[in-house]
Amino acid sequence: MRTPLFIICEVVVATVLYLLFRHYGNDYFFFAGYTVLQFVVMATAWNILGGYCGYVNFGSAGFFAIGAYSSVFFYTVGQNVQDMDPGFLTSVLHVIFPIPVPILIVFGGAFAGLVGLGTGYLTLRLRGVFFAIATLALAVVIETLIVNWEYVGGSRGAYIIPPNTVPVFGPYIQYLFVLMLVMVIVGLTAARLIERSRLGYGFATIRDDELAAEASGVPTLKLKLIATVLSGALMGMAGSTFPFYLGFTEPGSVFDLSYAVNSIAMPMIGGTTSWVGPLIGAILLGTMQQVATVTISSVANLLIVGLMLIGFVIVAPNGIVGLWQDWIAKRSKS
Amino acid sequence: MSAPLLHVDQVGKRFGGFVALDSVNLDVAEGERVGLIGPNGSGKSTLVNCICGTLRNETGDVIFAGQNINTLNTHERTHRGLARSFQLPRPFMSLSVAENIRVPLLYTVNARGGHHLHGSELDDRCVELLKLVALDKKANKLPRDLTQVEMRKLELARAVAAEPKLLIADESMAGLSHSEVEDIVALLIRLNQRGITIIMIEHIMSAVMTFSQRLVVLVSGKKIADGKPDEVIKDQEVVGAYLGQ
Ligand SMILES: Nc1ncnc2c1ncn2[C@@H]1O[C@H](COP(=O)(O)OP(=O)(O)OP(=O)(O)O)[C@@H](O)[C@H]1O
Ligand SMILES: [Mg+2]
Repeated sequence: MRTPLFIICEVVVATVLYLLFRHYGNDYFFFAGYTVLQFVVMATAWNILGGYCGYVNFGSAGFFAIGAYSSVFFYTVGQNVQDMDPGFLTSVLHVIFPIPVPILIVFGGAFAGLVGLGTGYLTLRLRGVFFAIATLALAVVIETLIVNWEYVGGSRGAYIIPPNTVPVFGPYIQYLFVLMLVMVIVGLTAARLIERSRLGYGFATIRDDELAAEASGVPTLKLKLIATVLSGALMGMAGSTFPFYLGFTEPGSVFDLSYAVNSIAMPMIGGTTSWVGPLIGAILLGTMQQVATVTISSVANLLIVGLMLIGFVIVAPNGIVGLWQDWIAKRSKS
Repeated sequence: MSAPLLHVDQVGKRFGGFVALDSVNLDVAEGERVGLIGPNGSGKSTLVNCICGTLRNETGDVIFAGQNINTLNTHERTHRGLARSFQLPRPFMSLSVAENIRVPLLYTVNARGGHHLHGSELDDRCVELLKLVALDKKANKLPRDLTQVEMRKLELARAVAAEPKLLIADESMAGLSHSEVEDIVALLIRLNQRGITIIMIEHIMSAVMTFSQRLVVLVSGKKIADGKPDEVIKDQEVVGAYLGQ
């Protein structure tokens, strides 16, 4: 399928989903749906570096947080502008602030991408487990910085009060839901484009054998940096609407263990070699967690994810997509 | 004589306290076919690794096509026209046989800024290259479905795909049958006639003698002989090194 057609399909599916939710659902549906979609973006983002290149990132929460706190930062600046004395500068600032959420998404993505670039330079010469540990450390460093940054609320957290309704979309959560749908489309399209391009081949050679990749002319460090930037930027985008979703942002919720665990578990369970895997994994695990939160308790979430991850790693290391491919292969043989 | 294509100047490499290469000098002229032999562990692969940038030499310089490439990354050296096969095949396991060949086409041949291969041209070139090593029937297989011998052939085809000026084949023939060895030697000679300079590392002496216009012998990280093949194999020191093994 050609990319324009693929995008059209995505848009159609997204629109149908939105209309179904609007018609049959209530705000709770949108709240839950938003979380699942957010996981689709996180899983897709993680997979670009972790699945395609084979570099396991334990620091997803760090990139997510950069997006979230970039929004908090600009929101806070906007609040302060309102209290400023009138003057030429103030009137200019009034035109700029408050910054619309779609632009904040772009900012969040840009900052997280930049941090991805920096981290990449520092850590991508490390192989395997050392890289994974470095990303974990990165998340801790970012958390420490944010906890001590009073301007964005420090350890106390920060309030963002979104309007109750938005023109066209109605309730604010529906607006956020649509924005997240757009990010899903961007993420999936990017992932699929990569897979079918020269870049995708390059990433696969890095995952398989870096020495052989270099010997074949693949500039491995450059490609790994591209992957880190793309992956980080997508995570930052997913995080940038989070403060508007919850209304209250604190380090504890942004750096929740569940982000790191889920963004690894979802692609692994879905399958890491194609864009479909993270999508399936995120929808499956995300929905299960939403159901578990309502029916059992939110504590059960990580337990379920953990058990499923262990199960899949043992029984089906190539995830659901891998199981499916094996099944097709068997059928065509017999 | 014009400047050599490859000029290895006093290259040294240690692993801890162990001297793997001890000030090795080697010149290879454009269009030449050089055989590189030596007992196991004498440093042949280490020399290849230093020439190609997989390992960094601690002393000395590697000059290729008139330029010092000491500080270049491996992929930059490949772009400039150096390609090698690995002694232990290192195929890209998740890519098909044809896709393995596609990688150097995409990342080296297309990166050189000459004619840009795309679409069916790429596919055709992959098949063409696989035919050279009689792997075209396995184009859609994964490397794990290949035999060890087929993997060696793939390894060689992938190096050739990079359209190198200098090709270094590190024991491409171990384990091959007699007729397969003849095929590969014939292939290397054909490639050489097309203008590719080749260094061949090999233990199979019949292949070495058929192939080489010049023979270089490495023992314990030192070059002990360099000259006409039939003279070199009669050299006392060379005979001694092999008998003493
Ligand atoms: N990465 C490494 N670390 C430590 N020692 C090494 C390393 N690579 C090679 N060596 C040692 O350096 C010496 C030379 O190895 P090398 O592989 O170059 O030999 P070779 O001539 O290619 O042998 P063979 O004919 O078996 O392929 C050997 O003693 C080997 O054990
Ligand atoms: Mg060797």
